Amino acid sequence: MGEEEDASRRPIASRSSSWAIALVRRLLVLFVRIMVGARSEWRGCTPDLRRRIYFANHNSHVDTVAVMAALPWPVRRLTHPVAARDYWGTSAFRRFIAEKGLRAVLIDRKPLPDSNPLEPVERLLEEGCSVLIFPEGTRSSSEEIAPFRSGIYRLACRFPDVDLVPIHLDNLQRILPKGSWLIVPITCTARFGKPLRVEPGEGKDAFLARARAAVIELADGKHIA
Amino acid sequence: MSSFFSIVLAAILGLLAVASATGFILQRRATEPGSVATVHNLNARIRSWWIMVAIFGGAILLGDTAVVVLFAFLSFMALREFWTLTPSRRGDHLALFLSFFVVLPVQYVLLGTLWYGLFSIFIPVYAFLILPAVATLTGDVNEFLARTARVQWGLMLTVYSISHAPALLMLETGTPPALLLVYLVIVVQLSDVFQYVWGKLLGKHRFSPNISPSKTLEGLFGGGASAILVGTLLYRLTPFSPLQAAAVSTVIVVAGFFGGFVLSAIKRDLNAKDWGYVIEGHGGVLDRLDSITFAAPLFFHIVRYWFTT
Repeated sequence: MGEEEDASRRPIASRSSSWAIALVRRLLVLFVRIMVGARSEWRGCTPDLRRRIYFANHNSHVDTVAVMAALPWPVRRLTHPVAARDYWGTSAFRRFIAEKGLRAVLIDRKPLPDSNPLEPVERLLEEGCSVLIFPEGTRSSSEEIAPFRSGIYRLACRFPDVDLVPIHLDNLQRILPKGSWLIVPITCTARFGKPLRVEPGEGKDAFLARARAAVIELADGKHIA
Repeated sequence: MSSFFSIVLAAILGLLAVASATGFILQRRATEPGSVATVHNLNARIRSWWIMVAIFGGAILLGDTAVVVLFAFLSFMALREFWTLTPSRRGDHLALFLSFFVVLPVQYVLLGTLWYGLFSIFIPVYAFLILPAVATLTGDVNEFLARTARVQWGLMLTVYSISHAPALLMLETGTPPALLLVYLVIVVQLSDVFQYVWGKLLGKHRFSPNISPSKTLEGLFGGGASAILVGTLLYRLTPFSPLQAAAVSTVIVVAGFFGGFVLSAIKRDLNAKDWGYVIEGHGGVLDRLDSITFAAPLFFHIVRYWFTT
């Protein structure tokens, strides 16, 4: 993997990072590689530096790092996971791991009326960055994939020329289930599916169902739709 | 280590060099897509063999502790491959955590401290009783018997059985114990290699298409006989007479065959082709150690019962 820095091409959001934070990032990815493998399988597309909206099923706290570790470095560098402020913003440590370690952007799950919680995500996409979102909104505690929330539809409509790439993460449920802090070092694979976009005239519910089906399809029959 | 061992080591390196050269020639000759793929896989396997010989040989030269640590690591990788493919439920989480981070390390510490009495019963008595006990605490009775069986079988194959290979280092037979381990590994692995080669060259009759589509009767018998022959010729690594070496290598080859076969059956049950992906051309660690899982405990107990002083 080419690790050369090209300062002029770096996106605005990560320009401030120091070598120490870069080291934390490397260590995080290394730790996840050792603990859960985090292999990638590119099924419906190939790694690409164009801005994309990645979306994945959400089972554990390791999900975000697992996807980031599965992305090749140049892509990872441009990709910002979206995380919930009510969890990742609650302590200085969590905030550091999320914002510095993972380049995450924190959003409000219960926004004030008349505010746009996706505003920071949209700004990143406008800057040419990619984002990673978990449209289930919360970690599901069963093997099933919860219905998607509407944020992904709003992003898709706002950026009709951006590919939305479905990702399925397997085994993470079993590696670090909700309610446990014991990591079982089973390996996980991130499968990247065929990109999709909002089709002309496609309604919210139809799109959300299609996006969810794209993730379920990558599960190879491990989930019941 | 004996001078005979140096000759064996030289022979292995010579064999690998010949294999690499052959692979190189085949690669230049192969034209049709089918044979290109076979040769590509063959060369990947040979490259991986160089690395495996270097790692195993390096550990043997570094001494007993290095060998025990290496096998502990291999067990860890194998257990991880086992659970990556095998389904588990939320109620198994603690049992799995304990398997990886308590049972496995304890088993290898018992081995490293030569505590044979506890080494031989720790998993089949204590782990097998404690882990299901722990699993009941979550109150999930769904498929409880099948889940318990999977937890135990995973430990049995990947930790208990595999740990019997380095356990050979405990045995006082009058020959350097490391050579017994080298002997076991050479016979088991050569049996696999010979079965592959014989099967590719002469294989016609499928042995069991359901379980292992590539295994043929020709490969089985040709490969098995070749490995037994080599096992007999290598009797000087061991306390055995040539005749005893022939009998012991027959046991190793037959057990090794069933080890590979049983683990293939489990893979088919789980709808997987390989256990993992870490060894290029071979699949996972468990794909390479499948024969060891059955051969190691048998070989260990044969040597311990009849040949220890």
